[in-house]
Amino acid sequence: MERIVYSDNAATTPISKNVYEAMIPYLTDRYGNPSSLYARGREEKKAVDQARIYTAEIINADPSEIIFTSGGSEADNLAIKGLLFSRQLPKNKKHIITSKIEHHAILHTCEFLERIGYTVTYLDVDNQGHIDLEQLENAITDDTALVSVMAANNEIGTIQDLKAIADICHKKGTLFHTDAVQAVGHMKLDVKEMGIDMLSMASHKVRGPKGVGALYCRKGIILEPLIHGGGQERGLRSGTENVAGIVGFGEALRYAKENMDEYLPYVKSLTDHLIEEVTKIPYTQLTGDPVNRLPGTASFVIECIEGESLILLLDLNGIATSTGSACSTGSLDPSHVLMSIGLPHEIAHGSLRVTLGEQNTMEDVDYIIEKINAVVTRLRDMSPVWEEKMNGQPSLKLFDK
Amino acid sequence: MEYSEKVMDHFANPRNVGTIEDADAVGEVGNAKCGDIMKMYLKINDEGVITDIKFKTFGCGAAVATSSMATEMVKGKTIQDALQLTNKAVAEALDGLPPVKMHCSVLAEEAIHAAIADYYKRKGMDPVAMMGTCDMDCANCGGHH
Repeated sequence: MERIVYSDNAATTPISKNVYEAMIPYLTDRYGNPSSLYARGREEKKAVDQARIYTAEIINADPSEIIFTSGGSEADNLAIKGLLFSRQLPKNKKHIITSKIEHHAILHTCEFLERIGYTVTYLDVDNQGHIDLEQLENAITDDTALVSVMAANNEIGTIQDLKAIADICHKKGTLFHTDAVQAVGHMKLDVKEMGIDMLSMASHKVRGPKGVGALYCRKGIILEPLIHGGGQERGLRSGTENVAGIVGFGEALRYAKENMDEYLPYVKSLTDHLIEEVTKIPYTQLTGDPVNRLPGTASFVIECIEGESLILLLDLNGIATSTGSACSTGSLDPSHVLMSIGLPHEIAHGSLRVTLGEQNTMEDVDYIIEKINAVVTRLRDMSPVWEEKMNGQPSLKLFDK
Repeated sequence: MEYSEKVMDHFANPRNVGTIEDADAVGEVGNAKCGDIMKMYLKINDEGVITDIKFKTFGCGAAVATSSMATEMVKGKTIQDALQLTNKAVAEALDGLPPVKMHCSVLAEEAIHAAIADYYKRKGMDPVAMMGTCDMDCANCGGHH
């Protein structure tokens, strides 16, 4: 193997050195329980509070509006179920609006709520993955408790117009939650300016450790906790704090806020180069919004090859990437995101997602480009679909059923 | 989901990839919508022995590996023996497949059967009479297996 390139940063990111070093004391000497009154506990409480400040700062929130959780999925669950189960919510508010391209932490939570009597509207998206603001506005009723639309999509990288969505929600008297797991640290977010009522984030997508995340919940919104117990996190998330994880998360966000202006253009330059070169491959297109996209996300569909084969061959060359192909999901359907942006099954099967981070280099990207070209050629050489396409035969098999 | 070493070997170094220009039989099964298409080309001599076989496959790692293994298993065999090849035997020869990938081995079996059905048709024989009807729920070969 010539080289190892980790380029699946939307799946998870490598822990950075500063994060690791910030965590070490809390995995060794500073083992206190933040709820304790004595010194070995007060220090830990202080560290958690400092992390809370960093977490609030990156989205321009108040530290008292941050609830630490076990990650993005828990934050999403807490936002939706916590609000819907809240005793303060008027009884008629049993309707939720979300989009068809959300993460499963949102979609499966909504499906669960449907099973117990709530109603959910799933908004369509256009071929770049944007929701239709008019459809949103028309979908909101007096019974709508919450609108939840992700900030940036994990598969295609499309960024939604958060401010416009928030404005519509508030005009129509409902609340707006956004799953910003892929967005925090990868784009500027300001909950006050954008009018975001709740926002989910996850540490491991911004070079922090796994198993920690947070929900921002605007002051004045009353949630019912999912986990009852000792009353940590202002009673909204009981359980002794994951101190080392929270400290690592805080440090990752401190670093992100301070250095974003430098690394975001850098990451974007890598991604732009990758997109420019990969889309030169015949019958290959970029998915998602070409402009309003996450700086590190490049998602393609490459015709006449199948995504899992592509990922496996790239892996044999030391390159980590992912796909929304059916063969990777264990079902016959490609990912719900690729289906929702209107890609036919047979095209969506050839999906490839490369997500770059600050730790990647231009040499990495050139290596990825070289290997994608080689692997695509190889797979097309053994693809009967490609052969038919090249022979100009109508690919009947492509569009039957 | 993890593939066995044998699956990875046949995926990374597939045997018998390609086409045969003057093939005596061609069989194609699957459809791109479901993510798998296998096409097999056979050379069959007067004694009914498969003297050469090539394949092209659009599909996942398991689809490529089962195509490769199935071609290896029927090469040099008579048509009658080739028809005895089961998807289970292909999967076993690959040291097993993840449960969600078993359908790939079914496709490999079907591809060989579809090619042999084509051979009979070219010879002016009724494939159903020669091979019986198909009890698989696939409609890939028009009921000729």
